[in-house]
Amino acid sequence: MNSRNTSLLLLSLLGLFSGFSQGTEANDYQQELTGSDLVIDMISIPEGKFTMGSQEGEANRKADEGPTHEVEINAFWMSKYEVTWELYNLFVNRTIDAVANTAKGTDVDAAVDAIAGATVPYVDMSLGMGTEAGLPVGNVTHHSASAFCDWLSAKTGYFYRLPTEAEWEYAARAGSGTAYHFGDDVAALDDYAWHYKNSDNTYHEVGQKKPNPWGLYDMHGNVAEWTLDQYLPDVYQKRAETSLNPWEPATTEYPRTARGGSYDDDAESLRSAARMPSKERWKMRDPQFPKSKWWNTDAPFVGFRIVRQAAVPTPSKMKKYWNQ
Amino acid sequence: MLTPSRRGFVKSSALVTAGMLLPGMEISAMANVFNDKKLKIAVVGCGGRGTGAANQALKADDNVELVAMADAFQDQLDSSLINLQEAYEGTGKVNVKDQHKYVGFDAYKKAIDQADVVILATPPGFRPHHFEYAVNAGKHVFMEKPVATDVPGIRKVLEMAKVAKEKKLNVVVGLQRHYQNNYLAIAEKIKENTVGKIVSGQVYWNNAGVWVRPREAGQTEMEYQMRNWYYFNWLCGDHILEQHIHNIDVANWFIGEYPISAQGMGGRQIRNGIDHGEIFDHHFVEFTYPSGAVISSQCRHQPGTWSKVGENFQGTKGSIDMKDAGTATILDLEGNAIFEHRGKDDPNPYQVEHDRLFASIRNKEVISDTENGAKSTMTAILGRMATYSGKVVTWDDAMKSEKLLVPKEMNWDSTPPTMPDANGHYVIPTPGTTDVFV
Repeated sequence: MNSRNTSLLLLSLLGLFSGFSQGTEANDYQQELTGSDLVIDMISIPEGKFTMGSQEGEANRKADEGPTHEVEINAFWMSKYEVTWELYNLFVNRTIDAVANTAKGTDVDAAVDAIAGATVPYVDMSLGMGTEAGLPVGNVTHHSASAFCDWLSAKTGYFYRLPTEAEWEYAARAGSGTAYHFGDDVAALDDYAWHYKNSDNTYHEVGQKKPNPWGLYDMHGNVAEWTLDQYLPDVYQKRAETSLNPWEPATTEYPRTARGGSYDDDAESLRSAARMPSKERWKMRDPQFPKSKWWNTDAPFVGFRIVRQAAVPTPSKMKKYWNQ
Repeated sequence: MLTPSRRGFVKSSALVTAGMLLPGMEISAMANVFNDKKLKIAVVGCGGRGTGAANQALKADDNVELVAMADAFQDQLDSSLINLQEAYEGTGKVNVKDQHKYVGFDAYKKAIDQADVVILATPPGFRPHHFEYAVNAGKHVFMEKPVATDVPGIRKVLEMAKVAKEKKLNVVVGLQRHYQNNYLAIAEKIKENTVGKIVSGQVYWNNAGVWVRPREAGQTEMEYQMRNWYYFNWLCGDHILEQHIHNIDVANWFIGEYPISAQGMGGRQIRNGIDHGEIFDHHFVEFTYPSGAVISSQCRHQPGTWSKVGENFQGTKGSIDMKDAGTATILDLEGNAIFEHRGKDDPNPYQVEHDRLFASIRNKEVISDTENGAKSTMTAILGRMATYSGKVVTWDDAMKSEKLLVPKEMNWDSTPPTMPDANGHYVIPTPGTTDVFV
């Protein structure tokens, strides 16, 4: 039994008793994909409680970031890096479907070939920014990012999905209450993030900047990241003083929430509390009708990262996460 | 999600200069006081792009309706109409009667007859015939690029450009960078002499390639080629024409001239299967302009290779970087950014094309994109002639070419101009041997 399986076993035991409260490196693991050399580094995120939203005094704060409220989050893993084009293209090309995953999990029982694949695009969806090794995927719709998770789960046997907005902010903050996970001083941002002033108008290879305290890279900037939630500007006003695993399921295509800001955004939009609503214009240059449900044409700055809950949900709940 | 009314964007220079712009009054609404005729639209070529253009036309003006559709294939026409009917339910804008759904090679004539404004969005090989018919019938036109696949087609379109001007018909060509703010901003800067004289440039459309529609049982050769049209030159013109024209056209626009000659190389190394017809998967061309400027043009359809769609230019005072994401940057000779267009809130250029077209019709103005559309198409054809032949080809020689790719008359039993051998392979151009003039 390799170390990955050992840690998985350990974690599933811990998950059963919902006992682990502190992430340790031992709980991190690498998801292998049989048929490909790529692995997905998954970082263990401990269960815990945090203050969601920004304090009223925070510079450049927007109204949709308040009021602050307490949120409890169950344990999960989050991918160390944003999903790359190389990884995403395994889903687009689907050639590794024919190879059964070794060490396949039993959390998800689904056939890979039952999952619809993203269309091969007519144009270069990277808009010239490149799809080489390490570059984060962009221009993927919320639908296709979710379908990727569905496919990855069927392929690996483990349940992967997009993070909720709350999970995302919890992981981004990594215990901090400041504007950025490293503090409030925007002068330090260049050490941690690609943003408009230092990006040369393009995304960059993931993991080039310093990580946050929990070992997650590019939570600020590079590409903004899809979350599961519908964007509701006043939703924090409606939350109880403390809520557990909040999630606002999406009922309409627009707007949904992306987080973290991107290479194309100014520093203030990269703050941990900043919320970015998706827009129809993210697809505006799709010349076809109906427009593609798989690709945006004007949002190369939006990608995603994935999470895996410690507690495995029921199959019907899984479907709810994947098919909004 | 769709907003059928798109008032407010429309700009009318004529009204502004006439001093008639009243505060708080929407210009397009005011124009309609003078011209409130309901404009009838027909779409010829009902694929994803034709349907997309129809959608934009229907959004561009309040008082329009889609009345006729034409396509070679019934199934394509039907699914296009269903999608538009769903999107425009309750607006009264989609009114295509069964007898105004026309299918087949001659379908375009009857559809065009029904309309005031026609959308020409079939594969480009048909465009010269369709454009000729539409102009002779006195219709305003939105037509997709490229506007032809052979030189006789170019000459036909240029001839009809004159007729269209005489008849004061509006023609918008789907080279949408001309309607896209980052490109317009740089064109303005070039006029202001910010970059000096452009001496060189590099234009790119490198990506993984496009769809393939494999042969199906029971298809005639003609039907197969019409379905898998991207891979046949008489229909598509090769990807240097069908896609890369956008970037080549930007070079022509920014330099302000058309090339005098081209030389280049190309071939098919990756995409060379039985479903891939006769086109190349890569071309590299040097275009030389009357001013002496040289533009390197590269287009490639090979998965897993470096991708870039965009344009770079070097001038005597600075350089231009156009990115497909909608940005534009000018650097001075020391590398300092002296102009940046961020593009974050720019309008959709595909929509602007139609907003401008309908506003121009309403305001009795004339947009004439045809000549540039034809000459930029010709530039791409010149590049193709260079890569297929491996020789230097001059603009003047090329313009005299009588080589006809597109047959004059066609039906489902016609023999297409290119036919496969016994193994299903087509003749591939061979540099050094292929004569592109005969």
